[in-house]
Amino acid sequence: MKIIVCISHVPDTTSKINFTENDKKFDSNGVQFVINPYDEFALTRAMWFKEKQGATVTVVNVGTVSTEPTLRKALAIGADNAIRVNAEATDGFAVAKELAEVVKNGSFDLVLAGKESIDYNGGMVPGMLAALLDFNFVNACIGLDIEGDKATISREIDGGKEILSSNLPLIIAGQKGLVEEKDLRIPNMRGIMMARKKPLTVVEPINSTPTTAIASFEKQAAKSACKIVDANNVDELISLLHNEAKVI
Amino acid sequence: MSVLVFAETSEGKFKKSAFEATSYGKKVAEQLGTNVVVLAINSSEPTLLYTYGAEKVLTISNEALNTFNVKIYANIIKQAAEKESAQVVILDSNTNGLYIAPNVAVNLNAGYASNVVAPPSSVAPFTVKRKTFSNKAFNNTELTTEVKIIGLAKNSFGIIENEVSGTVEEFSATLIESSLTSESIERTTGKVTIADADIVVSGGRGLKGPENWGMVEELATVLGAATACSKPVSDLGWRPHSEHVGQTGKPVASNLYIAIGISGAIQHLAGVNSSKVKVVINTDPEAPFFKAADYGIVGDAFEVVPKLIEKLKEFKANNA
Repeated sequence: MKIIVCISHVPDTTSKINFTENDKKFDSNGVQFVINPYDEFALTRAMWFKEKQGATVTVVNVGTVSTEPTLRKALAIGADNAIRVNAEATDGFAVAKELAEVVKNGSFDLVLAGKESIDYNGGMVPGMLAALLDFNFVNACIGLDIEGDKATISREIDGGKEILSSNLPLIIAGQKGLVEEKDLRIPNMRGIMMARKKPLTVVEPINSTPTTAIASFEKQAAKSACKIVDANNVDELISLLHNEAKVI
Repeated sequence: MSVLVFAETSEGKFKKSAFEATSYGKKVAEQLGTNVVVLAINSSEPTLLYTYGAEKVLTISNEALNTFNVKIYANIIKQAAEKESAQVVILDSNTNGLYIAPNVAVNLNAGYASNVVAPPSSVAPFTVKRKTFSNKAFNNTELTTEVKIIGLAKNSFGIIENEVSGTVEEFSATLIESSLTSESIERTTGKVTIADADIVVSGGRGLKGPENWGMVEELATVLGAATACSKPVSDLGWRPHSEHVGQTGKPVASNLYIAIGISGAIQHLAGVNSSKVKVVINTDPEAPFFKAADYGIVGDAFEVVPKLIEKLKEFKANNA
């Protein structure tokens, strides 16, 4: 089985978010970048298939050279090779078109991704990729098993879950449940050493026309201070929630 | 020209998000000087949408559509958008809305903006405000394609009454084939889901053990709320994963979020920040949640929560 895992290169969760150039650009100064946490669930499931059922695992990112350390980290975790499409990722649709080229050219059986990236939170690339390739697609996936070319998938729905079946090829957008947090792997020294020698191929983009453009960013407005209510006076809390906040 | 809204139903009834999406669609249509058309699949009550400004409701009744399929649903929306020459297509941010929208975008060759929190600030260029960086910021996105897809963030625009005299039209769409098969659906019945809840009551490690969740559930029952928990609680197996809210868990965008014994790690706050009003109950006055909350009580949950339940019962009895 040939698996490809889409990896987004995102600011670490605890990063302070700032903007530059008149709030037109994200300020990456001093920010540590990581594998998008949702993609890490997908990568970990890919490693499971590789070890238990036999598979090759390719990781791919659409980004500039600055994203390569993130791809190397995925290689250190155990992916066999990496592809970087040499383009700045600004528009989800354009990224999906670039990825579609890579998936088509590599004839992959299974495409794994996270359900969204924690930076732009678009949640659109996997679904667009599936539509472009006309592959079956399951979003918000919380379980995936494959036997031969048959997949059994569970996805989260509002208030429960749905079990689906599909043939390969297939695209999955995963979240926690696909693997558990405790299954996630930290690269060891051997993995890091080996990752340096694994192939990282750079391909040039097809340069499709973007469909969206970010005009500007805004930070969340500063919040007013928390009103502290005395623990012995829960009536006051109820009154505030009823009369002031009007939520009960 | 028109604005098309996809109104999601569940067992024939509209989800709350369908009314919010219709209200929003009406607003966008006014800005563009056109009409709003709402697409409803297997709805038993299409005329309810007139209340929120739907001038025309396209209905499809077909038993095959009782089972959701992403490709088939997306294709029907595409057919409706083409029939109505829709400039803008609006979907909600429920599980299915998020699932369908990217497919619709590709098939209409349209730009797609998800997590949209407000009506367009300008229609030329068509610019919408979206949540980004896990609720830490917003961005203003211009959609440069002829057709635009909007994913409306939950509980962001609100449900706004705007009665119009509308019409219902039966829409005969072609159903395409899909080899993705739904085998079964498991739903927790009789409980308010986090996705639909106006109020969410959430417990953290401060509650010390799963045996202490009785009061969380009772508080939720009194308020008609859904129950949720922090990540450590679901990792420890005290509560099911489906209750985990936060960055890698479920997002919450309720009107009221009550956090009991939750310190407020940045990952947790990222997932619940979209809630309108946040209340924290915690023994530690330095807990980061106090910085994010609107109202707080510094105190022992085991004393405060039972009192709160008792007083809320009185309040509910007096305000029924």
